[in-house]
Amino acid sequence: MSTADLVADAVTKRFADHVAVDELSFSVARGSFFSILGPSGCGKTTLLRMIAGFIAPDAGDIAIGGRSMREVAPNRRPVNMVFQQLALFPMMSVGENVAFGLARRGIARAERTRRSHAMLERVGLAGASGKRVDELSGGQRQRVAIARSLVLEPTLLLLDEPLGALDLKLREHMKIELKQLQAAFGTTFVYITHDQSEALVLSDHVGVMSHGRFEQLGTPQDLYYRPQTPFVAGFVGANNRIVGRATGRNGHLIEITTKDGWIIHALGAGEVAVGGAVEAFVRPEVASLSRQRHELPVGQPAHEGQVQSVLFDGANSAVLLQETRTRREFRIALPQTGQFSDLKPQEGVCFSFDPARAVCFPARAGVVGEDG
Amino acid sequence: MADEGARAWHGRLSLGLLLAPALLWLGALVVLPHVDLAVLSLRQRVGPHAYVPSLAQYRTFFVEPLYWHVFLRTALMSIAATALTLLLAFPIAWVIAKVARGRASSLLFILCLIPFWVSETVRTLGWMILLRESGVLPSLLVKLGITAVPIELLYHDATILVGLIYTSLLFMVIPLISSLESLDNSLIEAAYDLGGGGFAILRTIVIPHAAPGITAGCIIVFMLTLGNYLTPTLLGGKNSQWFTEQIYTQFITRFNWEQGAAFGFLLLGLSTAMVMIGLTLTGQRFGDVMRRT
Repeated sequence: MSTADLVADAVTKRFADHVAVDELSFSVARGSFFSILGPSGCGKTTLLRMIAGFIAPDAGDIAIGGRSMREVAPNRRPVNMVFQQLALFPMMSVGENVAFGLARRGIARAERTRRSHAMLERVGLAGASGKRVDELSGGQRQRVAIARSLVLEPTLLLLDEPLGALDLKLREHMKIELKQLQAAFGTTFVYITHDQSEALVLSDHVGVMSHGRFEQLGTPQDLYYRPQTPFVAGFVGANNRIVGRATGRNGHLIEITTKDGWIIHALGAGEVAVGGAVEAFVRPEVASLSRQRHELPVGQPAHEGQVQSVLFDGANSAVLLQETRTRREFRIALPQTGQFSDLKPQEGVCFSFDPARAVCFPARAGVVGEDG
Repeated sequence: MADEGARAWHGRLSLGLLLAPALLWLGALVVLPHVDLAVLSLRQRVGPHAYVPSLAQYRTFFVEPLYWHVFLRTALMSIAATALTLLLAFPIAWVIAKVARGRASSLLFILCLIPFWVSETVRTLGWMILLRESGVLPSLLVKLGITAVPIELLYHDATILVGLIYTSLLFMVIPLISSLESLDNSLIEAAYDLGGGGFAILRTIVIPHAAPGITAGCIIVFMLTLGNYLTPTLLGGKNSQWFTEQIYTQFITRFNWEQGAAFGFLLLGLSTAMVMIGLTLTGQRFGDVMRRT
């Protein structure tokens, strides 16, 4: 068990009558990459700003490197932050940006220059020291922002959706680069994002946040394969959501009947009671597609549908079906064999999925499904 | 081809018409009088209706200690007034641009603006009512037991400075607000996060960012102060020794237009030189400063 660099203990923050962060407790192990994933307005930015020290929690405590941060100003915390818009200083050169924090610590100019040069070299920007910030590309600026923080050797590096402003291609590239940088420096990263793909790719652990609380905290694999709440199942990765009533139980498998009479089976999670409202989730890649019913995997309940549209996206191609009787939408990932490349809208097909790989939860109060 | 030529001609005509009022204004009220003044300043009266070209007016300025003494004093007082206005206006602009939110910010700005709804003469007379020997402030000081007898608060250099700062504060606050508003708050937070204290952030982030606004404000205030006639005359009385009074005296009292014109040009030269020196010292260009504020 490694030591924790960040421990939050029942941290709470209210704005007027709105609870932004609600008695949140968690810890982040030294040297790990921790992400906080949630939709905008879930309180993740508030949490990050409390860790950085820009706002004080109403209750609870945050400890960094084993030391309570209560009453410690942001400029005295062993924490540095990479801002959403990076916030590089336009009035300074790249080298001066990186040396800024060192200068504030009273380190002599020669030593400052040496360290900032060395840091720029480590992030692959050797020789960029004299450049102006606006001469750099988006990815280079990103690296300067990270270098500016890491040169201070913080216990914790906070990153506030730093990839949000980049275009898709660069974002994909920077994801890999961030992961490599974190591995190379071994600094504990706390990363907030609303992009589930960033969280899954980068992190050792992810906290999925909603309404000021963690819905689930676990490894990316846990979140994807073993979601514990309907929110996580719906937010992390693509999922087909089917709302209905539990009409039967066979061991852990629940029979779910929708209002319009479609019957499916899924693994029950949590307290699923027969007769209660449930939400079921089936991943697009879990379902199998076939033109002939007998070609479907043996033992899986078969369903029928019409192709509504083919969503071609290379390796992520999918087909959007309508279940024949209820006209409900269902998304299925297309296999890479090219076997369905000639699929046409309105074509009748069969599909099935392993009920053990689908999951259902008691329906959330106040969350209205497509059929209420 | 002919069509294109006609269109180009139309374009030039409409541009010319649009610029005409401004050009007329500049030509009739700025360029012509200055040309005339330049001619006036460079001649000497040798008899009734008889003039010869001469530098005598400028020579008088350097030979007569009173003139260049007043000239230097006006320059130094103006610099002091500009610096004090900046010191006073910066916190005000900071509060309006960065601290106050929404309505509070507009309200504060309106508070800065309200004094300017009253004419400068009335405002200055207001100061006289407050500060003269039988005025509000001296009698208050007596009542509070701070002074035994009412003291004359008018006709001091400090009084002139107070009046000048009061008159020019708004012209410093406005460019400062606009330059501070454009400063991204996350830059301040980033500097704070990287270990910067209040003074370090002010010195390394805020002031460099606001530099064009500071320079623009200083140029405007310095020129207003240097060319001010009313405030030094009313608040400083005979002691004010402001250079604009010398110009007034030459033109109106002494009826020596040649000397007055020469003094006018010397003042113009002084303000131009000071602005150039200021820009050079802060490493900025006039065009940038005027564009960014």
